[in-house]
Amino acid sequence: MKTTEEIFTILKNNFGDAILELVTSQPVEHFIKVNPIEINKVCLFLRENEELLFDSLMNLSGVDDANGQKSADEDGTQIISGGTLSVFYHLESTKLRHKLTLKVSTNREKPEVASVESTWRHADWHEREAYDLLGIIFLNHPDLRRILMPYDWDAGYPLRKDYKNPEFYQGMKVPY
Amino acid sequence: MSSLLDKQFNDENIVITKVDDLLNWARLSSLWQVSFGLACCAIEMMATSASHYDFDRFGVIPRPSPRQSDVIIISGTVTLKMATRIKRLYEQMPDPKYVISMGSCSNCGGPYWEHGYHVLKGVDRVIPVDVYVPGCPPRPEALLEGLLKLQEKIRNESLVKKS
Repeated sequence: MKTTEEIFTILKNNFGDAILELVTSQPVEHFIKVNPIEINKVCLFLRENEELLFDSLMNLSGVDDANGQKSADEDGTQIISGGTLSVFYHLESTKLRHKLTLKVSTNREKPEVASVESTWRHADWHEREAYDLLGIIFLNHPDLRRILMPYDWDAGYPLRKDYKNPEFYQGMKVPY
Repeated sequence: MSSLLDKQFNDENIVITKVDDLLNWARLSSLWQVSFGLACCAIEMMATSASHYDFDRFGVIPRPSPRQSDVIIISGTVTLKMATRIKRLYEQMPDPKYVISMGSCSNCGGPYWEHGYHVLKGVDRVIPVDVYVPGCPPRPEALLEGLLKLQEKIRNESLVKKS
C-alpha cells in the first residue's frame, strides 16, 4: 500500500519531466498532474509495476476548466477562448488496496490526450463520453465516436461552459 | 353508460346492438400495448402490468411487436436520439393506433425542461398524443385512470364520419 506522495516519487524517478506536479493544496484527495501526451505510458507503468499494480480504472472524467478569456457574442452568448480542458483518472489496485488520482490538462483549442484504452479496456467508453460531451480528442483510441448524443449531432459539445443548444435537431424543436 | 355485458340474456339467444358499439367494445377491451419502456415511468408501467394492479383485466398485454399493437405508452424521458426511434415505432403500428404519454418527461420535458440539452420537451412534438397522464412518475392507479380515459375515447368513436 502506497500513498500518493510515495507514488509521485516513483513516477518522478521513472518519467522525469512527464510528471508535472503533486497537488496537495486543494480540499480533495491529493493528485498528480501528468503530461497529456505521456499519460498512456505512465498508466501502463502504474498497472505493470510490481509495487503499484493499478489493475482498475475506477473512473475517467473530463472537465471544462473554463479558465480562458471570456467574451460575449453580439447576441449575449458566452465565448471562451484559450484555457484548458482536463481529464481526471481515478485508479485503484484491488490487490494492494491503494488508490491514486491523476490529472492531465490540455489546450482548449486543440484538446489532445493520449488514450489509455490499451491499458484498461473500460477506458474505451469513458473516453468516448469525454469526447462526446467535451470534445477531448483521445489519440490512438480505436473507436472515437459519440456515445450518448446522436451520431449526427453537429451542434458541438454540450458540457462545455460556452455551449449553445441548437434551435432544431432533425426538424424537432429543442428549446422548451 | 352500461356496457353490453350488463344486459340480461335470459329471454333470447340474440343480442341486438349497434355496429359502432360492438366494434368499439371489441377494440377497447383488448388494447395491446407495444412492449416498450423508457425510464423510471417504465418501472411503474411494469408494476401496473404485474399481478397487483393487473393491466390484463382491461385487456392490456405487452406485445413485443409494433405491427400487432394498438397503443404505445411513452413511459419516460424522450431524448432527441430516442425521439427518432419512437417516431419510427409509431409509424410501424397499424391504424387505428393510440398514444398514452405517461409522466412529466414525456408530457413536457419534466425536470429537464430548461437545461436538458438532449431531451425532447414533450413527445407530442413528434407523435400525436391521446391521453396525458401527469405525475413523476405516475402511480399505477394514475396510469389505469389514463387507460380508462382512452377506453372512453374509443367508446365514443364512430365509423361514420361526422360532418
